[in-house]
Amino acid sequence: MSREEGSKLSRRAWITTTSGVIAAGLVKTQADAVRLVAQEAPTSGPAVDPTRVPGRIVSELGIRAPGEQPRRLLRGEALSSSSRTPLADLMGTITPSDLHFERHHAGIPDIGFDDHELLVHGMVERPTVFRMRDLERFPQVSRIQFLECSGNGGGVYSRDRMPTEITVQALDGLLSTSEWTGVPVATILREVGVRPGASWILAEGSDSAVMSRSVPLDKVMEDSLLAYGQNGERLRPEQGYPLRLFNPGYEGNTSVKWLRRIEVTDRPTHTRDETSKYTDPLGDGTVRQFSLVMDAKSVITFPSYPFVLPEPGWWEVRGLAWSGRGRITRVEVSADGGRSWVDAALQGPILPRSTVRFRHLFEWGGRDTILLSRATDETGYVQPTVQQLWDARGQRTSYHQNHQRAWKIARTGEVTFGLGELV
Amino acid sequence: MKTRHAGMVAALGVLMTACEAPDRFGGTRSVPSSGADALFASFDAGEPAVPAHAPSRFGFGAEASAARIAAWDIDVRPDGAGLPAGRGSVAQGKVVYETWCVACHGPTGTEGPNDRLVNTSPWELAPTSQAIGNYWPYATTLFDYIRKAMPQATPGILSPDQVYAVIAYLLWMNEIVPDDAVMDAETLPAVIMPARDRFVPDDRIGGSGPVR
Ligand code: HEC
Repeated sequence: MSREEGSKLSRRAWITTTSGVIAAGLVKTQADAVRLVAQEAPTSGPAVDPTRVPGRIVSELGIRAPGEQPRRLLRGEALSSSSRTPLADLMGTITPSDLHFERHHAGIPDIGFDDHELLVHGMVERPTVFRMRDLERFPQVSRIQFLECSGNGGGVYSRDRMPTEITVQALDGLLSTSEWTGVPVATILREVGVRPGASWILAEGSDSAVMSRSVPLDKVMEDSLLAYGQNGERLRPEQGYPLRLFNPGYEGNTSVKWLRRIEVTDRPTHTRDETSKYTDPLGDGTVRQFSLVMDAKSVITFPSYPFVLPEPGWWEVRGLAWSGRGRITRVEVSADGGRSWVDAALQGPILPRSTVRFRHLFEWGGRDTILLSRATDETGYVQPTVQQLWDARGQRTSYHQNHQRAWKIARTGEVTFGLGELV
Repeated sequence: MKTRHAGMVAALGVLMTACEAPDRFGGTRSVPSSGADALFASFDAGEPAVPAHAPSRFGFGAEASAARIAAWDIDVRPDGAGLPAGRGSVAQGKVVYETWCVACHGPTGTEGPNDRLVNTSPWELAPTSQAIGNYWPYATTLFDYIRKAMPQATPGILSPDQVYAVIAYLLWMNEIVPDDAVMDAETLPAVIMPARDRFVPDDRIGGSGPVR
């Protein structure tokens, strides 16, 4: 494609077409780009002039525009499986609830709101059964926070597995952000009275894996929620309806869904999902256990594979940054493979243990370019390079891979995952 | 709180000592004698979870009966707390395995299609995989997990005797127990898993120190 055609094309892309297929805006997917290239002239003109016909009337439940159908990416159709959030299709920080990533170990149970009960027992003064109506009656809290599976990004860690054709959804789509509403675990533990000597809880789900995790008592007293709301409505079934634990900044698996039981204990239970899985085998032959906090990380969502930049010129690099240890304080972007860095703009409000949208306007000169981002959090932690993680951990583990991600823009404008070129 | 199976401590002798020690992953801070209220102030960096004029107790929810707790309190810990009565041998476990598990985990626990259950070579020798024999730190976790989650399509179908038996068989396949082993609430927590001492607490602490 010549420079001239490119600019013609991109101008067309910015003009609202009324076919309902290509909305105004950036060329979002490779398919869109192909479609634009193929269409020298729009084949379908406006079927109806919307200023000349009355529109649709009100409805009880809204739906997306026909041309806007973002989808989760399924790993497979198994009971223990996952689906990933289409990060490249989203704006801002909130994930629409129906696109929040999923990870279930035994499918999604059907549980009725009035049937569900939470048992809180163990090292407590008053073992208690709460119904959902009881829990909703306690003083309520809402907070915007991310949830990330610690397996996120596991596909690009090993030197032998550095794909180039991988979308940001497939790479890091086990990340979502919501406004969570619920009752602090601290409020419920205050209600039942924790006995001296307690130091952990066991949280157990009501799915057919009875998924269970141990969580330090300090953590749940600090900021964990018994969440029943997400983005203004009750939880979605695949997010644990009607009740889930939500541990801000912790690996997603600990935020046990369909929560039916909390046992207060004086030691961890060492369940399968904190021994066999969600542990980190290290290069020195040891295994890191209870690696719960998600360290600071960032990822560029635009441009990323399979975008094709139709022409050189001004483009805005966009992405997300987050840290399980608090607020993001800085995100830097490099357009030369990590030799030099500039500060990206951060979109406020910058909330602790939430995603932050960053943006950096840059002029692409049409040459091979490797883009990187790196986040810093309020503890001073800087998102490491993959080499730093390899040196510290070896290449065995598939969890907690928060290393810097790279995207390569080729002269053709095609964008691919570019980390393999740097290591 | 869970109580240990009667008689267990007496019977286990020297093997049990390791499990008797406080858990290496013990709490980061335990609740002081004043109870939860002392930690309560820390909620969300100073934001109180309940307003100052809230009552000390709301009284919502119903008292949990002992029977109710017993019905749901099915987790099992490394010290054996939570294990039910019952027992099963390697030979009995072979029958359970070949009836209920073989379809998804393969005749020798290595063929799949689902998770590999047998591996006796060290996991760090690439290419290999992590499984019960070379990775799991505690044998009790097998009881906790299999009773709750397996067989995947019909979880909860096995009796305690059958769960003990299939665990004996899995441990035998992983060359951890002899072929005359019998698993019960006393012998299972006494099994020392080959990888147990490889597990270490998380040393990542944030900040600008070395990458971990
Ligand atoms: C319908 C297929 C199926 C059957 C039958 C089945 N399993 Fe599984 N099993 C699975 C799947 C799938 C997983 C992985 C689940 C996950 O990761 O969430 C698994 C995981 C396991 C694990 C954990 C492996 C690890 O290293 O983490 C054990 C142990 C296990 N099964 C034992 C059994 C036993 C014992 C039986 C028979 C009583 C059995 N399974 C029957 C499908 C099955």
